[in-house]
Amino acid sequence: MTTLVDAPVTPAADDASARRRWAGPIGLGLIGLVSFIFFGIGSGGGNETTFSVARQSDFFTIPTLTVPSQLTATALSVIALALAGLAVWATLQRRTLGWWLPVVFTIAVMGSLLTWAGAGREGTNVQITGLLTSAIVLSIPLVFGALSGTLCERSGVINIAIEGQLLFGAFLAALVASATGNAYAGLVAAPLAGALVGALLAIFAVKYWVDQIVVGVVLNVLVIGLTSFLFGSLMRDNPNLNQSMSLGRLPVPVLSEIPIIGPVLFNHNALVYIMYVTVIVLHIMLFKSRWGLRVRAVGEHPKAADTVGIKVNRTRVRNVILGGAIAGLGGAFFTVAAGLAFGKEMTAGKGFIALAAMILGRWSPKGALLAALLFGFADALRLQLGIMGSPIPSQFLGMLPYLATIFAVAGLVGFAKPPAAEGKPYKK
Amino acid sequence: MSESTATTDRSSADGPESEGSPEEAGRDFGRLMREITQSDLLVVVFAIFAAMLLGGLLVVLADKDVLATTGYFFSRPGDFFAAVGGTLSSVFTTMFQGAIYNTNASDVAVGIRPFTQTLTVATPLILAGLGLGLGFRAGLFNIGAQGQIIIGATVGAYVGFAWDLPVVLHLIVAVVGCVLGGAIWGFIPGFLKARTGAHEVITTIMLNYIALNLVSFALSKTAFQRPGSTNPQSPLIAETAEYPLILGSAYNLHLGFLLALAAAGGVWWLLERSTWGFQFRAVGANPHAARTAGMSVSKVYILVMVTAGALAGLAGSAQILGTEHSLTAGVAASFGFDAITVALLGRSRPLGIVFAALLFGALRAAGPALQVQAGVPVDIVLVIQSLIVLFIAAPPLVRTMFRLPAPAHVKEVAA
Amino acid sequence: MKLELRGITKKFGDFTANNKIDLLVEEGKIHALLGENGAGKSTLMNVLFGFYDADEGTILLDDEEVVFAGPGDAMAAGIGMVHQHFMLVPPFTVAENVMLGHEAVTGFAKILDLDAARATVRELSERFGFHLDPDAKVEDLAVGAQQRVEIIKALSRQAKVLILDEPTAVLTPQETDELLEIVKQLRDSGTSVVLITHKLREVQAVADTITVIRLGKVVGTAKPTASREELASMMVGRDVSMTVDKGTAKPGDVVLAVKNLSAKDESGHEQLRRVSFDVRAGEILAVAGVQGNGQTELMEALLGVIPTTGGKATVDGEVITGKSIGDVLMSGVGFVPEDRTEDGLVATFTIANNLILDLYGIEPYSKGLALQPAAITEHAERSVEQFDIRTTSIRATAGSLSGGNQQKVVLARELSRPLKVLMASQPTRGLDVGSIEFVHKRIIQERDAGTAVLIVSSELDEVTALADRIAVMYQGQIVDIVPADTDRETLGLMMAGAHGEDAA
Repeated sequence: MTTLVDAPVTPAADDASARRRWAGPIGLGLIGLVSFIFFGIGSGGGNETTFSVARQSDFFTIPTLTVPSQLTATALSVIALALAGLAVWATLQRRTLGWWLPVVFTIAVMGSLLTWAGAGREGTNVQITGLLTSAIVLSIPLVFGALSGTLCERSGVINIAIEGQLLFGAFLAALVASATGNAYAGLVAAPLAGALVGALLAIFAVKYWVDQIVVGVVLNVLVIGLTSFLFGSLMRDNPNLNQSMSLGRLPVPVLSEIPIIGPVLFNHNALVYIMYVTVIVLHIMLFKSRWGLRVRAVGEHPKAADTVGIKVNRTRVRNVILGGAIAGLGGAFFTVAAGLAFGKEMTAGKGFIALAAMILGRWSPKGALLAALLFGFADALRLQLGIMGSPIPSQFLGMLPYLATIFAVAGLVGFAKPPAAEGKPYKK
Repeated sequence: MSESTATTDRSSADGPESEGSPEEAGRDFGRLMREITQSDLLVVVFAIFAAMLLGGLLVVLADKDVLATTGYFFSRPGDFFAAVGGTLSSVFTTMFQGAIYNTNASDVAVGIRPFTQTLTVATPLILAGLGLGLGFRAGLFNIGAQGQIIIGATVGAYVGFAWDLPVVLHLIVAVVGCVLGGAIWGFIPGFLKARTGAHEVITTIMLNYIALNLVSFALSKTAFQRPGSTNPQSPLIAETAEYPLILGSAYNLHLGFLLALAAAGGVWWLLERSTWGFQFRAVGANPHAARTAGMSVSKVYILVMVTAGALAGLAGSAQILGTEHSLTAGVAASFGFDAITVALLGRSRPLGIVFAALLFGALRAAGPALQVQAGVPVDIVLVIQSLIVLFIAAPPLVRTMFRLPAPAHVKEVAA
Repeated sequence: MKLELRGITKKFGDFTANNKIDLLVEEGKIHALLGENGAGKSTLMNVLFGFYDADEGTILLDDEEVVFAGPGDAMAAGIGMVHQHFMLVPPFTVAENVMLGHEAVTGFAKILDLDAARATVRELSERFGFHLDPDAKVEDLAVGAQQRVEIIKALSRQAKVLILDEPTAVLTPQETDELLEIVKQLRDSGTSVVLITHKLREVQAVADTITVIRLGKVVGTAKPTASREELASMMVGRDVSMTVDKGTAKPGDVVLAVKNLSAKDESGHEQLRRVSFDVRAGEILAVAGVQGNGQTELMEALLGVIPTTGGKATVDGEVITGKSIGDVLMSGVGFVPEDRTEDGLVATFTIANNLILDLYGIEPYSKGLALQPAAITEHAERSVEQFDIRTTSIRATAGSLSGGNQQKVVLARELSRPLKVLMASQPTRGLDVGSIEFVHKRIIQERDAGTAVLIVSSELDEVTALADRIAVMYQGQIVDIVPADTDRETLGLMMAGAHGEDAA
């Protein structure tokens, strides 16, 4: 009999995989279809689209690329539809496909859209390099925000206060940079601001067991009120405390001169490079190190962690403060990294998009990066299409990240499983 | 169940809100005092007090007259304290005069105008707060009142300016439009939650931004544009669709306020006395048990969100048909977000929400006066508001700050 | 290592879980801590393990006084614990769970040395014949295997004292025997073992010393040679009849008929495979089996909590599968869920409201949309009296009641409407003996009133005490349906998958 019970698998667990989820594949199919009808066929026969990628400083110049609009957009849409078909097949076969599928799908649809938007516009090129560069730049606060959310939630604390952490980071960066006359001092101050908001979240959520969503929401209001108030009083009375300070560009030697990749990835200010390092370090630490193992244990089963001597609440407090600091650093994007003075509510909901990127990225730094890049790209696209005078109302493009998020949480939920102890205060 | 879980159940069931057992609570005066100091009400009062104090401190610290005196604080500290005192008294006087009674007024009719303004501002807060509170009771953290107000106001505005209907009927149809608009915007997250499990916090946040984009888009189209204007604002709604002013044209207070009070009564009945409310509360407190007892949790989620959206839509009607009379992208101001703090401060109870809305309405109503007379940015209101909610959410913090005795059960929970 | 507890007192508010408890565990002995549910055994062990702070008393290891600030300290001192509710992180692998808290790491960044952890798991699992794959995820393991991970976890920390908290609750009788063998093996290698249990059979099988705890106090020690009756009366504080008093069943027509029922759980795993059985009016069919073999899903599928994927169930010929939970309940089915705090009660609701949790929609408790407070109050007062629910007020919250009284609330509610079928899962789990007797009595009364009763229990004693017929489940199927007087050995073998005739 012992052989029977020694089977390492629960009864009936081997034969069936998770319930089929159709929302994802169907959504992809619909988007692919829209792409096919509107962008593919809609590009109109005979039109041409010109893509340009080059800059003068490159090692060598890549000529502009002119393609027949309808054919290209249609072809890209067909690729997207094929990928949707693959997703349907995978669902039927109960197989899971890697993260490459949504990424390639998105690239195909976006390519189709760009081809359509640039169709028949003599003299107006689709600026690929510019588009990708601004996608990276616009994703900065989203990446930092999503990393913050990931760190907090992996330890079991929901961080809705990302928005407030970004905003306070932006505020203090501007204030300190202006007061010291050094943008880098602002870059140092930003994480401190975020950490402060994180510490408040930690105190209320971990020590006083206040509902984490409540604290987060209220902290956002507090930071908006506080920064707007100081903006309207302290900064108004002393304009020298809120000046446009800029970090300045630090092109990476050699690498920054590679066509496309150079300007897109290696010709930025310090914050972008810090972002690269942060993502890589956090990803490794979270999944390979002792610290990461303990953090994840605390977020999944705090009592189990406690019984092996891990201090649950201490871990949570540290993570939330660290997460706050990271989001605060992302806040520096709005002021010292962008070379702007502080403005009222200037984060404009980016913290919530970061939250969405965290969910879409399945609570992993790598995933958060990909999702944030996707949203950054959508934003960059909105700007580029605005410049090109696209027929799509800018409001609809503005909605894109929000719609994508709703689609993601509604369609992909179940495949994305949050840490089990998330949102629950740990009481012995 | 093991002993350990049995005992932790005991302690956690005695949540921070329940009182100590009667045997333990001593006698007579001592007992009375303990009950008062341990009650929620006292915590609320002290939380408001502490938040006002901190808010005042912030104003003082950011005030340029006060800051000027700090430069020579050690040579003439008296100037510093005089400046602090001057700023504080001017702030609190202005708040009182801006929100309750204008003591400078020539007669009572003018003097009470600030108070009627407080009631007017409180109206959308009550309505949206009721919607959110209803959601909280059913375990739904609906952050979407902002979007629901916007969509409700958009529909109501369209009915108001584009349709031509007889008196009374026009108002009714416009109100119904607001309610429907809000209800639809509430239905979406409710439906998504029920069908796919999508977390309502995320979906409602996103729907707020979508609503904002939608109204901006609408206002860029001729159907919503005011003729002869390039600004993104709609034509004025017809007078037939406006809420009547209940104290005459000298005051802004409109019928929507009475509607809000009626809605508070209605929501109380719904929650406490109806079978729907019984289901809402059961699902909110323990969805598993509610489901096992035969309730449809999905149906409750949808119903609650639709009702909450409808109430937020009513709040939108107070804005568009009561005070604004013309649609702009800022029609909801920040009422949807303020309503979250209202519902939290009111502990999701209708009566509590009415009082919380009056308090925050008063703070808001005092805003313009603060800005103009005391030179204090109106945003201080947000700071005070959020501090109040933070303090109330953590009674032990307030008790520590003011050295109030801890209720008997706290030891138990801490153990 | 010798372990001694002196005068341990632990209070939760005004409830004293442990009252001046003394305990002496000699090196290399198995010390059984015997007591019924709620007696304070687990609390005592949690104090010893550093999980709770004691209000009074001292802990001595080899005659040295020690103070534990947390479980980490206790472990460092050589105390290991296998918790009743496993303290394993489900999405982690076996190796990760074993290493958690005392990880081998390399380098400045403290990168995990998983190979070292795998080696530890392999080595220990070989020594005890555990067959554990270090890279298997714990959430994919059967409960028995998970328990072995817990044991390895403790041993990998060089535990000199091993505490086992109700370790056999989730095991088949055969697995239980195996575990007890391992416990003896550990003792012989010099480990001191504390075995916490309320099962007399296990105590008699392995214990060297027995300490009995009742209502938070030590009531005495006993030798393993003491008779079961002696131990039982020490444990409960009075003479207890070891059997349930019930007359013979007078089965009537088939009421609940289940035919080829299949179902999947929420994550899509097939947990119920073509299950068929009948329950007649006036009889109790008890479903036996090790937890996790589809019993939970059987009840949930019948009630409509999870959708069925095949087959059907009827009550008095009327199909109930595919109906909503509310409709199933209203067609005359009473349901007592397995986890009463999770599924049976709303802890923050009053007792009165819990008593109408599935009745609120019918007269007299409501008319139209309006609840009728007077009728609700009257119903509550009647139920509290009839079911002897010990409470200060019907306005007290259900969460403030003891487990036994909570279960009485659930029973009172379900039995307060005319039933055709009563379905009860683990009806006495975690209850004290008095409450167990009460619940059993009411269930038998309901049977005698002509209701068809379906019971699921993983306690074999309960199954044999209540059942008129026994259905044994294994891996989502019914192995066989056998008479109530089938012997324990046979049932145990069936619970591990052997068919009735093979087993017998």
